[in-house]
Amino acid sequence: MIKTLDLVPVLPELFVAVAGLALLMLGVFRKEDNTKPISVLVILVLAAAMVLVSSLGSERHVAFGGLFVADRFAGFAKALVLLASAFATAMSLQFLEKEKIGRFEYPVLVLFATLGMMMMISANDFMSLYLGLELQSLSLYVLAAFQRDSLKSTEAGLKYFVLGALASGMLLYGVSLLYGFAGTTSFEGLAKVFAAGHEHGVKPSLGIVAGLVFVLAGLSFKISAVPFHMWAPDVYEGAPTPVTAFFAVAPKIAALCLLIRVMTGPFGDLIEQWRQVVSFIAVASMFIGAFAAVAQTNIKRLMAYSSIGHVGFILVGVAAGSNLGIQGVLIYLAIYLFMNVGTFAVILSMRQKGRMVEGIADLAGLSKTNPVMAFVMAVLMFSMAGIPPLAGFWGKFYVFMAAIEAHLYTLAILGVLSSVVGTFYYLRIIKIMYFDEPAEALDRPVGQSLALVMAVSTLVVLAFTFLPAPLVTGAKAAASVLFPAAG
Amino acid sequence: MFEIGLSHYLSVAAILFTLGVFGIFLNRKNVIIIMMSVELMLLAVNINFVAFSSYLHDLVGQVFAMFILTVAAAEAAIGLAIVVVFFRNRGTIAVEEISQLKG
Repeated sequence: MIKTLDLVPVLPELFVAVAGLALLMLGVFRKEDNTKPISVLVILVLAAAMVLVSSLGSERHVAFGGLFVADRFAGFAKALVLLASAFATAMSLQFLEKEKIGRFEYPVLVLFATLGMMMMISANDFMSLYLGLELQSLSLYVLAAFQRDSLKSTEAGLKYFVLGALASGMLLYGVSLLYGFAGTTSFEGLAKVFAAGHEHGVKPSLGIVAGLVFVLAGLSFKISAVPFHMWAPDVYEGAPTPVTAFFAVAPKIAALCLLIRVMTGPFGDLIEQWRQVVSFIAVASMFIGAFAAVAQTNIKRLMAYSSIGHVGFILVGVAAGSNLGIQGVLIYLAIYLFMNVGTFAVILSMRQKGRMVEGIADLAGLSKTNPVMAFVMAVLMFSMAGIPPLAGFWGKFYVFMAAIEAHLYTLAILGVLSSVVGTFYYLRIIKIMYFDEPAEALDRPVGQSLALVMAVSTLVVLAFTFLPAPLVTGAKAAASVLFPAAG
Repeated sequence: MFEIGLSHYLSVAAILFTLGVFGIFLNRKNVIIIMMSVELMLLAVNINFVAFSSYLHDLVGQVFAMFILTVAAAEAAIGLAIVVVFFRNRGTIAVEEISQLKG
Protein backbone atom coordinates (compact mmCIF):
# COMPACT_ATOMS: atom_id res chain seq x y z
CA MET A 1 0.00 0.00 0.00
CA ILE A 2 1.60 3.27 -1.08
CA LYS A 3 0.41 6.27 0.85
CA THR A 4 0.86 9.70 -0.67
CA LEU A 5 3.15 10.62 2.18
CA ASP A 6 5.46 7.84 1.10
CA LEU A 7 6.34 9.61 -2.14
CA VAL A 8 7.51 12.93 -0.70
CA PRO A 9 11.10 11.87 0.07
CA VAL A 10 11.44 10.49 -3.46
CA LEU A 11 10.31 13.73 -5.06
CA PRO A 12 13.74 14.83 -6.37
CA GLU A 13 14.30 11.43 -8.00
CA LEU A 14 10.80 11.33 -9.46
CA PHE A 15 11.27 14.82 -10.83
CA VAL A 16 14.59 13.95 -12.45
CA ALA A 17 13.17 10.74 -13.91
CA VAL A 18 10.13 12.43 -15.43
CA ALA A 19 12.20 15.34 -16.69
CA GLY A 20 14.65 12.91 -18.29
CA LEU A 21 11.85 11.14 -20.15
CA ALA A 22 10.31 14.44 -21.22
CA LEU A 23 13.62 15.77 -22.52
CA LEU A 24 14.20 12.53 -24.41
CA MET A 25 10.82 12.99 -26.11
CA LEU A 26 11.59 16.62 -26.83
CA GLY A 27 14.88 15.64 -28.43
CA VAL A 28 13.29 13.00 -30.60
CA PHE A 29 10.35 15.03 -31.83
CA ARG A 30 12.05 18.35 -32.49
CA LYS A 31 13.61 18.14 -35.90
CA GLU A 32 16.54 20.58 -35.75
CA ASP A 33 19.78 20.10 -33.83
CA ASN A 34 18.94 20.74 -30.21
CA THR A 35 21.87 19.59 -28.13
CA LYS A 36 22.40 23.05 -26.71
CA PRO A 37 18.85 23.84 -25.56
CA ILE A 38 18.49 20.37 -24.05
CA SER A 39 21.81 20.72 -22.25
CA VAL A 40 20.63 24.02 -20.80
CA LEU A 41 17.35 22.37 -19.77
CA VAL A 42 19.26 19.52 -18.14
CA ILE A 43 21.26 22.01 -16.09
CA LEU A 44 18.01 23.68 -15.04
CA VAL A 45 16.53 20.30 -14.07
CA LEU A 46 19.60 19.54 -11.99
CA ALA A 47 19.31 22.92 -10.27
CA ALA A 48 15.62 22.33 -9.57
CA ALA A 49 16.43 18.88 -8.19
CA MET A 50 18.97 20.50 -5.90
CA VAL A 51 16.25 22.84 -4.59
CA LEU A 52 13.95 19.86 -4.05
CA VAL A 53 16.67 17.94 -2.22
CA SER A 54 17.39 20.84 0.09
CA SER A 55 13.70 21.46 0.73
CA LEU A 56 13.29 17.98 2.21
CA GLY A 57 14.58 19.18 5.54
CA SER A 58 16.77 17.38 7.97
CA GLU A 59 14.59 14.55 9.30
CA ARG A 60 15.12 11.02 8.15
CA HIS A 61 12.45 9.82 5.71
CA VAL A 62 12.07 6.24 4.60
CA ALA A 63 10.04 5.36 1.53
CA PHE A 64 9.04 2.34 -0.57
CA GLY A 65 8.79 0.00 2.35
CA GLY A 66 12.30 0.67 3.61
CA LEU A 67 14.04 0.46 0.24
CA PHE A 68 14.77 4.15 0.06
CA VAL A 69 16.07 6.57 2.65
CA ALA A 70 16.42 10.34 2.51
CA ASP A 71 18.43 11.87 5.32
CA ARG A 72 21.00 14.62 5.75
CA PHE A 73 23.82 12.42 4.55
CA ALA A 74 21.89 11.65 1.37
CA GLY A 75 21.04 15.34 0.97
CA PHE A 76 24.66 16.40 1.23
CA ALA A 77 25.88 13.71 -1.15
CA LYS A 78 23.11 14.41 -3.66
CA ALA A 79 23.92 18.11 -3.65
CA LEU A 80 27.53 17.25 -4.54
CA VAL A 81 26.49 14.85 -7.28
CA LEU A 82 23.98 17.27 -8.80
CA LEU A 83 26.57 20.02 -8.74
CA ALA A 84 29.13 17.77 -10.42
CA SER A 85 26.69 16.73 -13.14
CA ALA A 86 25.67 20.32 -13.79
CA PHE A 87 29.32 21.37 -14.11
CA ALA A 88 30.07 18.44 -16.40
CA THR A 89 27.10 19.26 -18.64
CA ALA A 90 28.10 22.91 -18.83
CA MET A 91 31.65 21.97 -19.73
CA SER A 92 30.58 19.61 -22.50
CA LEU A 93 28.67 22.18 -24.59
CA GLN A 94 31.60 23.59 -26.50
CA PHE A 95 33.36 20.26 -26.91
CA LEU A 96 30.35 18.51 -28.41
CA GLU A 97 29.90 21.31 -30.89
CA LYS A 98 33.53 21.50 -31.95
CA GLU A 99 34.04 17.75 -32.24
CA LYS A 100 30.73 17.44 -34.12
CA ILE A 101 29.33 14.80 -31.82
CA GLY A 102 26.54 17.02 -30.57
CA ARG A 103 23.57 14.74 -30.15
CA PHE A 104 20.83 15.42 -27.67
CA GLU A 105 21.23 12.00 -26.08
CA TYR A 106 24.37 13.18 -24.37
CA PRO A 107 22.81 15.51 -21.77
CA VAL A 108 19.89 13.12 -21.31
CA LEU A 109 22.27 10.25 -20.56
CA VAL A 110 24.07 12.45 -18.05
CA LEU A 111 20.70 13.12 -16.43
CA PHE A 112 19.83 9.41 -16.23
CA ALA A 113 23.26 8.61 -14.83
CA THR A 114 22.65 11.29 -12.20
CA LEU A 115 19.31 9.72 -11.37
CA GLY A 116 21.08 6.41 -10.87
CA MET A 117 23.58 8.07 -8.56
CA MET A 118 20.83 9.66 -6.50
CA MET A 119 19.22 6.25 -6.14
CA MET A 120 22.54 4.76 -5.05
CA ILE A 121 23.07 7.43 -2.42
CA SER A 122 19.58 6.93 -1.03
CA ALA A 123 19.61 3.13 -1.17
CA ASN A 124 18.60 1.45 2.05
CA ASP A 125 18.51 -2.09 0.73
CA PHE A 126 20.82 -4.04 -1.53
CA MET A 127 18.05 -4.30 -4.09
CA SER A 128 17.68 -0.55 -4.56
CA LEU A 129 21.46 -0.22 -4.36
CA TYR A 130 21.86 -2.62 -7.27
CA LEU A 131 19.20 -0.94 -9.41
CA GLY A 132 20.64 2.53 -8.83
CA LEU A 133 24.15 1.31 -9.53
CA GLU A 134 23.10 -0.33 -12.78
CA LEU A 135 21.11 2.69 -13.98
CA GLN A 136 24.23 4.75 -13.43
CA SER A 137 26.64 2.22 -14.94
CA LEU A 138 24.59 1.51 -18.06
CA SER A 139 24.36 5.23 -18.83
CA LEU A 140 28.07 5.63 -18.24
CA TYR A 141 29.02 2.75 -20.58
CA VAL A 142 27.17 4.49 -23.38
CA LEU A 143 28.69 7.88 -22.52
CA ALA A 144 32.22 6.44 -22.62
CA ALA A 145 31.63 5.17 -26.14
CA PHE A 146 29.77 8.32 -27.17
CA GLN A 147 32.28 9.42 -29.81
CA ARG A 148 31.29 6.47 -31.93
CA ASP A 149 33.59 7.20 -34.88
CA SER A 150 36.61 7.20 -32.64
CA LEU A 151 38.41 3.93 -32.06
CA LYS A 152 39.73 5.11 -28.71
CA SER A 153 36.33 6.11 -27.40
CA THR A 154 34.61 2.88 -28.41
CA GLU A 155 37.47 0.87 -27.00
CA ALA A 156 37.16 2.77 -23.73
CA GLY A 157 33.44 2.02 -23.71
CA LEU A 158 34.07 -1.67 -24.35
CA LYS A 159 36.68 -1.96 -21.61
CA TYR A 160 34.54 -0.06 -19.16
CA PHE A 161 31.58 -2.25 -19.98
CA VAL A 162 33.40 -5.55 -19.52
CA LEU A 163 35.07 -4.60 -16.25
CA GLY A 164 31.99 -2.80 -14.97
CA ALA A 165 29.85 -5.88 -15.64
CA LEU A 166 32.43 -8.03 -13.86
CA ALA A 167 32.28 -5.67 -10.87
CA SER A 168 28.49 -5.82 -10.80
CA GLY A 169 28.69 -9.60 -10.90
CA MET A 170 31.06 -9.70 -7.92
CA LEU A 171 28.91 -7.26 -5.97
CA LEU A 172 25.82 -9.35 -6.66
CA TYR A 173 27.53 -12.58 -5.67
CA GLY A 174 28.47 -10.95 -2.39
CA VAL A 175 24.93 -9.73 -1.89
CA SER A 176 23.55 -13.21 -2.56
CA LEU A 177 25.85 -14.68 0.10
CA LEU A 178 24.86 -11.99 2.59
CA TYR A 179 21.22 -12.65 1.84
CA GLY A 180 21.66 -16.36 2.39
CA PHE A 181 23.62 -16.14 5.60
CA ALA A 182 21.86 -13.18 7.20
CA GLY A 183 18.39 -13.75 5.76
CA THR A 184 17.72 -10.24 4.53
CA THR A 185 18.96 -7.65 2.05
CA SER A 186 17.75 -4.60 3.92
CA PHE A 187 20.45 -2.44 5.51
CA GLU A 188 18.54 -2.11 8.75
CA GLY A 189 17.85 -5.84 8.90
CA LEU A 190 21.50 -6.67 8.27
CA ALA A 191 22.61 -4.13 10.87
CA LYS A 192 20.29 -5.77 13.40
CA VAL A 193 21.61 -9.27 12.66
CA PHE A 194 25.25 -8.19 12.91
CA ALA A 195 24.64 -6.10 16.03
CA ALA A 196 23.08 -9.11 17.74
CA GLY A 197 26.07 -11.25 16.76
CA HIS A 198 28.46 -8.55 17.97
CA GLU A 199 26.71 -8.34 21.33
CA HIS A 200 26.99 -12.05 21.97
CA GLY A 201 30.59 -12.07 20.86
CA VAL A 202 29.83 -14.44 17.99
CA LYS A 203 32.29 -14.25 15.11
CA PRO A 204 30.44 -13.67 11.81
CA SER A 205 30.27 -16.83 9.71
CA LEU A 206 32.53 -17.45 6.75
CA GLY A 207 29.66 -16.80 4.35
CA ILE A 208 29.09 -13.32 5.77
CA VAL A 209 32.78 -12.44 5.58
CA ALA A 210 33.02 -13.77 2.01
CA GLY A 211 29.94 -11.76 1.08
CA LEU A 212 31.40 -8.66 2.66
CA VAL A 213 34.64 -9.07 0.73
CA PHE A 214 32.81 -9.58 -2.57
CA VAL A 215 30.68 -6.48 -1.97
CA LEU A 216 33.78 -4.50 -1.08
CA ALA A 217 35.54 -5.72 -4.23
CA GLY A 218 32.59 -4.77 -6.42
CA LEU A 219 32.39 -1.30 -4.93
CA SER A 220 36.18 -0.85 -5.16
CA PHE A 221 35.84 -1.39 -8.90
CA LYS A 222 33.32 1.41 -9.12
CA ILE A 223 35.53 3.86 -7.24
CA SER A 224 38.63 2.59 -9.13
CA ALA A 225 40.57 1.72 -6.00
CA VAL A 226 43.66 -0.49 -6.27
CA PRO A 227 43.71 -3.47 -7.00
CA PHE A 228 40.60 -2.90 -9.11
CA HIS A 229 41.82 0.26 -10.82
CA MET A 230 43.15 -1.06 -14.11
CA TRP A 231 40.21 0.15 -16.15
CA ALA A 232 40.47 3.77 -15.01
CA PRO A 233 43.51 5.05 -16.96
CA ASP A 234 42.33 3.45 -20.20
CA VAL A 235 38.78 4.68 -19.88
CA TYR A 236 39.83 8.16 -18.80
CA GLU A 237 42.19 8.45 -21.75
CA GLY A 238 39.86 7.00 -24.35
CA ALA A 239 36.55 8.58 -23.41
CA PRO A 240 35.70 12.03 -24.79
CA THR A 241 37.17 14.64 -22.43
CA PRO A 242 33.91 16.03 -21.00
CA VAL A 243 32.86 12.45 -20.26
CA THR A 244 36.17 11.92 -18.48
CA ALA A 245 35.50 15.05 -16.46
CA PHE A 246 32.11 13.65 -15.52
CA PHE A 247 33.58 10.22 -14.65
CA ALA A 248 36.20 11.76 -12.44
CA VAL A 249 33.70 13.47 -10.19
CA ALA A 250 30.03 12.47 -10.10
CA PRO A 251 30.16 8.62 -10.19
CA LYS A 252 33.10 8.61 -7.84
CA ILE A 253 31.35 10.78 -5.28
CA ALA A 254 28.19 8.71 -5.54
CA ALA A 255 30.02 5.38 -5.24
CA LEU A 256 32.07 6.57 -2.29
CA CYS A 257 28.96 7.81 -0.47
CA LEU A 258 27.37 4.44 -1.21
CA LEU A 259 30.44 2.68 0.17
CA ILE A 260 30.27 4.81 3.31
CA ARG A 261 26.61 4.05 3.83
CA VAL A 262 27.12 0.32 3.37
CA MET A 263 30.21 0.16 5.57
CA THR A 264 28.91 2.28 8.44
CA GLY A 265 25.29 1.11 8.23
CA PRO A 266 24.82 -2.65 7.86
CA PHE A 267 28.51 -3.47 8.39
CA GLY A 268 29.08 -0.96 11.19
CA ASP A 269 29.52 -3.75 13.73
CA LEU A 270 31.82 -5.72 11.47
CA ILE A 271 34.42 -2.94 11.40
CA GLU A 272 37.09 -5.32 12.70
CA GLN A 273 36.51 -7.43 9.61
CA TRP A 274 36.60 -4.70 6.99
CA ARG A 275 38.98 -2.15 8.44
CA GLN A 276 42.08 -4.10 7.43
CA VAL A 277 40.78 -4.62 3.91
CA VAL A 278 39.87 -0.96 3.48
CA SER A 279 43.21 0.14 4.96
CA PHE A 280 45.06 -2.09 2.53
CA ILE A 281 43.06 -0.74 -0.41
CA ALA A 282 43.69 2.81 0.77
CA VAL A 283 47.46 2.37 1.07
CA ALA A 284 47.71 0.55 -2.26
CA SER A 285 45.62 3.23 -4.01
CA MET A 286 47.64 6.08 -2.56
CA PHE A 287 50.95 4.57 -3.62
CA ILE A 288 49.94 3.29 -7.05
CA GLY A 289 48.27 6.64 -7.71
CA ALA A 290 51.42 8.50 -6.74
CA PHE A 291 54.05 6.34 -8.40
CA ALA A 292 52.27 5.42 -11.63
CA ALA A 293 51.34 9.04 -12.32
CA VAL A 294 54.98 10.09 -12.43
CA ALA A 295 55.63 8.40 -15.76
CA GLN A 296 52.54 9.65 -17.60
CA THR A 297 52.68 11.93 -20.61
CA ASN A 298 48.96 12.16 -21.32
CA ILE A 299 47.19 14.53 -18.99
CA LYS A 300 43.92 12.57 -18.92
CA ARG A 301 45.82 9.45 -17.93
CA LEU A 302 47.61 11.46 -15.29
CA MET A 303 44.27 12.62 -13.93
CA ALA A 304 43.15 8.98 -13.74
CA TYR A 305 46.10 8.11 -11.51
CA SER A 306 45.62 11.30 -9.56
CA SER A 307 42.01 10.33 -8.87
CA ILE A 308 43.11 6.83 -7.83
CA GLY A 309 45.43 8.50 -5.33
CA HIS A 310 42.64 10.74 -4.06
CA VAL A 311 40.38 7.72 -3.58
CA GLY A 312 43.15 6.26 -1.44
CA PHE A 313 43.20 9.34 0.78
CA ILE A 314 39.42 9.31 1.03
CA LEU A 315 39.48 5.63 2.04
CA VAL A 316 41.78 6.54 4.92
CA GLY A 317 38.85 8.49 6.34
CA VAL A 318 36.51 5.57 5.67
CA ALA A 319 38.90 3.17 7.42
CA ALA A 320 38.76 5.38 10.50
CA GLY A 321 35.06 4.49 10.50
CA SER A 322 34.25 7.28 12.94
CA ASN A 323 32.06 10.32 12.84
CA LEU A 324 35.15 12.48 12.34
CA GLY A 325 36.41 10.24 9.55
CA ILE A 326 33.19 10.42 7.56
CA GLN A 327 33.01 14.16 8.10
CA GLY A 328 36.53 14.43 6.72
CA VAL A 329 35.60 12.26 3.76
CA LEU A 330 32.62 14.45 2.90
CA ILE A 331 34.73 17.61 3.09
CA TYR A 332 37.40 15.93 0.98
CA LEU A 333 34.80 14.89 -1.60
CA ALA A 334 33.44 18.44 -1.90
CA ILE A 335 36.92 19.88 -2.35
CA TYR A 336 37.86 17.08 -4.74
CA LEU A 337 34.81 17.97 -6.82
CA PHE A 338 35.88 21.57 -7.30
CA MET A 339 39.55 20.78 -7.89
CA ASN A 340 38.77 18.19 -10.53
CA VAL A 341 36.11 20.20 -12.29
CA GLY A 342 38.48 23.15 -12.52
CA THR A 343 41.36 21.04 -13.80
CA PHE A 344 39.18 19.44 -16.44
CA ALA A 345 37.97 22.86 -17.54
CA VAL A 346 41.62 23.68 -18.21
CA ILE A 347 42.16 20.36 -20.00
CA LEU A 348 39.07 20.97 -22.12
CA SER A 349 40.45 24.32 -23.24
CA MET A 350 43.70 22.75 -24.42
CA ARG A 351 43.32 23.19 -28.15
CA GLN A 352 45.87 24.02 -30.79
CA LYS A 353 44.41 25.32 -34.06
CA GLY A 354 41.01 23.95 -33.10
CA ARG A 355 42.30 20.44 -32.39
CA MET A 356 42.22 18.91 -28.89
CA VAL A 357 45.64 18.16 -27.43
CA GLU A 358 46.20 15.98 -24.38
CA GLY A 359 49.94 15.87 -23.82
CA ILE A 360 51.34 17.35 -20.64
CA ALA A 361 54.12 18.83 -22.79
CA ASP A 362 51.51 20.85 -24.68
CA LEU A 363 51.15 23.02 -21.59
CA ALA A 364 54.76 24.20 -21.92
CA GLY A 365 55.17 27.93 -21.46
CA LEU A 366 51.50 28.45 -20.69
CA SER A 367 52.43 31.18 -18.22
CA LYS A 368 53.58 33.32 -21.15
CA THR A 369 50.89 32.48 -23.67
CA ASN A 370 47.92 32.47 -21.28
CA PRO A 371 48.90 33.66 -17.81
CA VAL A 372 45.40 33.51 -16.34
CA MET A 373 44.87 29.88 -17.26
CA ALA A 374 48.37 29.03 -16.06
CA PHE A 375 47.55 30.63 -12.72
CA VAL A 376 44.28 28.69 -12.43
CA MET A 377 46.03 25.43 -13.24
CA ALA A 378 48.85 26.22 -10.80
CA VAL A 379 46.40 26.92 -7.97
CA LEU A 380 44.53 23.70 -8.68
CA MET A 381 47.71 21.63 -8.89
CA PHE A 382 49.04 23.07 -5.62
CA SER A 383 45.68 22.30 -4.04
CA MET A 384 45.68 18.71 -5.35
CA ALA A 385 49.19 18.25 -4.00
CA GLY A 386 47.85 19.37 -0.64
CA ILE A 387 49.88 22.51 -0.12
CA PRO A 388 48.47 24.84 2.53
CA PRO A 389 46.64 27.23 2.58
CA LEU A 390 44.69 25.82 -0.38
CA ALA A 391 41.57 23.70 0.02
CA GLY A 392 43.22 20.40 -0.93
CA PHE A 393 45.40 20.60 2.17
CA TRP A 394 42.37 20.73 4.45
CA GLY A 395 40.79 17.74 2.78
CA LYS A 396 43.87 15.65 3.55
CA PHE A 397 44.21 17.23 7.00
CA TYR A 398 40.71 16.14 8.06
CA VAL A 399 41.06 12.52 6.90
CA PHE A 400 44.52 12.10 8.43
CA MET A 401 43.35 13.64 11.71
CA ALA A 402 40.50 11.14 11.77
CA ALA A 403 42.93 8.29 11.12
CA ILE A 404 45.15 9.42 13.99
CA GLU A 405 42.17 9.72 16.29
CA ALA A 406 41.21 6.14 15.40
CA HIS A 407 44.81 5.07 16.27
CA LEU A 408 45.60 4.18 12.66
CA TYR A 409 49.06 5.74 12.87
CA THR A 410 50.70 3.60 10.18
CA LEU A 411 47.93 4.48 7.76
CA ALA A 412 48.30 8.21 8.42
CA ILE A 413 52.09 8.12 8.08
CA LEU A 414 51.95 6.12 4.83
CA GLY A 415 49.33 8.58 3.57
CA VAL A 416 51.54 11.58 4.22
CA LEU A 417 54.50 9.83 2.58
CA SER A 418 52.57 9.01 -0.57
CA SER A 419 51.23 12.56 -0.61
CA VAL A 420 54.84 13.77 -0.77
CA VAL A 421 55.52 11.50 -3.75
CA GLY A 422 52.32 12.74 -5.38
CA THR A 423 53.47 16.32 -5.01
CA PHE A 424 56.22 15.58 -7.50
CA TYR A 425 54.01 15.15 -10.53
CA TYR A 426 51.71 18.01 -9.67
CA LEU A 427 54.72 20.29 -9.32
CA ARG A 428 56.09 18.95 -12.62
CA ILE A 429 53.02 20.33 -14.39
CA ILE A 430 53.60 23.72 -12.78
CA LYS A 431 57.27 23.59 -13.77
CA ILE A 432 56.32 22.80 -17.37
CA MET A 433 53.87 25.68 -17.45
CA TYR A 434 56.15 28.26 -15.87
CA PHE A 435 59.73 27.35 -16.71
CA ASP A 436 59.68 25.49 -20.02
CA GLU A 437 60.04 27.20 -23.37
CA PRO A 438 56.62 27.97 -24.85
CA ALA A 439 55.40 25.35 -27.27
CA GLU A 440 52.68 26.15 -29.74
CA ALA A 441 50.25 28.49 -27.99
CA LEU A 442 46.85 27.18 -27.00
CA ASP A 443 43.80 28.63 -28.74
CA ARG A 444 42.09 31.67 -27.27
CA PRO A 445 39.62 32.69 -26.15
CA VAL A 446 38.53 29.89 -23.87
CA GLY A 447 34.77 29.28 -24.07
CA GLN A 448 32.46 31.14 -21.69
CA SER A 449 31.20 28.15 -19.75
CA LEU A 450 34.73 26.77 -19.31
CA ALA A 451 35.99 30.13 -18.07
CA LEU A 452 33.11 30.30 -15.61
CA VAL A 453 33.82 26.80 -14.27
CA MET A 454 37.51 27.64 -13.91
CA ALA A 455 36.71 30.86 -12.06
CA VAL A 456 34.24 29.23 -9.67
CA SER A 457 36.49 26.29 -8.82
CA THR A 458 39.57 28.44 -8.31
CA LEU A 459 37.61 30.77 -6.05
CA VAL A 460 36.33 27.88 -3.95
CA VAL A 461 39.81 26.38 -3.67
CA LEU A 462 41.28 29.72 -2.63
CA ALA A 463 38.45 30.80 -0.33
CA PHE A 464 37.92 27.58 1.61
CA THR A 465 40.68 28.34 4.11
CA PHE A 466 39.06 31.64 5.04
CA LEU A 467 35.46 30.51 4.90
CA PRO A 468 35.32 26.82 5.77
CA ALA A 469 32.23 27.06 7.97
CA PRO A 470 29.40 26.29 5.50
CA LEU A 471 31.04 23.15 4.15
CA VAL A 472 32.35 21.90 7.48
CA THR A 473 29.06 22.31 9.33
CA GLY A 474 27.18 20.71 6.42
CA ALA A 475 29.54 17.74 6.40
CA LYS A 476 29.36 17.44 10.17
CA ALA A 477 25.56 17.35 10.16
CA ALA A 478 25.59 14.85 7.30
CA ALA A 479 28.12 12.53 8.96
CA SER A 480 26.39 12.57 12.34
CA VAL A 481 23.31 10.93 10.78
CA LEU A 482 25.30 7.77 10.20
CA PHE A 483 26.39 7.54 13.84
CA PRO A 484 23.21 8.09 15.84
CA ALA A 485 24.76 6.72 19.03
CA ALA A 486 27.58 9.25 19.03
CA GLY A 487 25.02 12.01 18.61
CA MET B 1 18.51 -41.93 -0.95
CA PHE B 2 20.79 -39.14 -2.13
CA GLU B 3 19.09 -35.79 -1.68
CA ILE B 4 19.85 -32.49 -3.36
CA GLY B 5 20.09 -29.77 -0.73
CA LEU B 6 21.11 -26.17 -0.40
CA SER B 7 24.83 -26.92 -0.46
CA HIS B 8 24.57 -28.56 -3.86
CA TYR B 9 22.89 -25.54 -5.35
CA LEU B 10 25.51 -23.28 -3.79
CA SER B 11 28.30 -25.45 -5.15
CA VAL B 12 26.87 -25.34 -8.66
CA ALA B 13 26.49 -21.57 -8.42
CA ALA B 14 30.03 -21.16 -7.11
CA ILE B 15 31.40 -23.29 -9.95
CA LEU B 16 29.44 -21.34 -12.56
CA PHE B 17 30.56 -18.04 -11.07
CA THR B 18 34.20 -19.11 -11.09
CA LEU B 19 33.86 -20.27 -14.69
CA GLY B 20 32.42 -16.87 -15.56
CA VAL B 21 35.26 -14.97 -13.91
CA PHE B 22 37.89 -17.18 -15.53
CA GLY B 23 36.12 -16.85 -18.85
CA ILE B 24 36.63 -13.11 -18.69
CA PHE B 25 40.28 -13.23 -17.71
CA LEU B 26 41.63 -16.26 -19.53
CA ASN B 27 39.71 -15.86 -22.76
CA ARG B 28 42.01 -14.57 -25.54
CA LYS B 29 39.67 -14.98 -28.46
CA ASN B 30 36.46 -13.10 -28.72
CA VAL B 31 34.54 -10.37 -26.97
CA ILE B 32 31.29 -12.30 -27.39
CA ILE B 33 32.71 -15.02 -25.14
CA ILE B 34 33.38 -12.36 -22.50
CA MET B 35 29.74 -11.30 -22.71
CA MET B 36 28.67 -14.91 -22.31
CA SER B 37 30.90 -15.18 -19.25
CA VAL B 38 29.31 -12.08 -17.72
CA GLU B 39 25.91 -13.63 -18.29
CA LEU B 40 27.11 -16.85 -16.68
CA MET B 41 28.17 -14.93 -13.57
CA LEU B 42 24.80 -13.25 -13.26
CA LEU B 43 22.98 -16.54 -13.68
CA ALA B 44 25.15 -18.12 -10.99
CA VAL B 45 24.08 -15.31 -8.68
CA ASN B 46 20.47 -16.00 -9.61
CA ILE B 47 20.83 -19.67 -8.67
CA ASN B 48 22.24 -18.55 -5.33
CA PHE B 49 19.36 -16.18 -4.73
CA VAL B 50 16.64 -18.64 -5.64
CA ALA B 51 18.23 -21.45 -3.63
CA PHE B 52 18.52 -19.24 -0.55
CA SER B 53 15.02 -17.89 -1.10
CA SER B 54 13.56 -21.38 -1.09
CA TYR B 55 15.73 -22.42 1.85
CA LEU B 56 14.77 -19.38 3.95
CA HIS B 57 11.10 -19.41 2.85
CA ASP B 58 11.52 -15.74 2.01
CA LEU B 59 10.39 -14.17 -1.27
CA VAL B 60 12.92 -11.33 -1.39
CA GLY B 61 15.51 -13.53 -3.07
CA GLN B 62 13.20 -14.38 -5.94
CA VAL B 63 12.23 -10.76 -6.43
CA PHE B 64 15.90 -9.88 -6.52
CA ALA B 65 16.49 -12.61 -9.12
CA MET B 66 13.75 -11.08 -11.31
CA PHE B 67 15.43 -7.69 -11.13
CA ILE B 68 18.79 -9.23 -11.99
CA LEU B 69 17.28 -10.94 -15.05
CA THR B 70 15.81 -7.65 -16.24
CA VAL B 71 18.96 -5.66 -15.73
CA ALA B 72 21.06 -8.41 -17.33
CA ALA B 73 18.95 -8.11 -20.48
CA ALA B 74 19.49 -4.35 -20.62
CA GLU B 75 23.17 -4.83 -19.94
CA ALA B 76 23.52 -7.38 -22.76
CA ALA B 77 21.77 -5.00 -25.17
CA ILE B 78 24.10 -2.13 -24.33
CA GLY B 79 27.14 -4.38 -24.39
CA LEU B 80 26.29 -5.70 -27.85
CA ALA B 81 25.69 -2.15 -29.09
CA ILE B 82 29.13 -1.11 -27.89
CA VAL B 83 30.67 -4.20 -29.49
CA VAL B 84 29.01 -3.25 -32.79
CA VAL B 85 30.39 0.32 -32.80
CA PHE B 86 33.79 -1.05 -31.86
CA PHE B 87 33.64 -3.53 -34.72
CA ARG B 88 32.79 -0.75 -37.17
CA ASN B 89 35.91 1.15 -36.15
CA ARG B 90 38.34 -1.72 -35.77
CA GLY B 91 37.03 -4.36 -38.15
CA THR B 92 37.51 -7.14 -35.60
CA ILE B 93 36.40 -8.08 -32.12
CA ALA B 94 39.32 -10.32 -31.20
CA VAL B 95 40.35 -9.61 -27.62
CA GLU B 96 44.01 -9.22 -28.58
CA GLU B 97 43.12 -6.38 -30.91
CA ILE B 98 41.60 -4.26 -28.14
CA SER B 99 44.91 -2.62 -27.49
CA GLN B 100 44.83 1.00 -28.57
CA LEU B 101 44.92 2.14 -24.97
CA LYS B 102 47.84 0.74 -23.05
CA GLY B 103 47.19 -0.10 -19.46
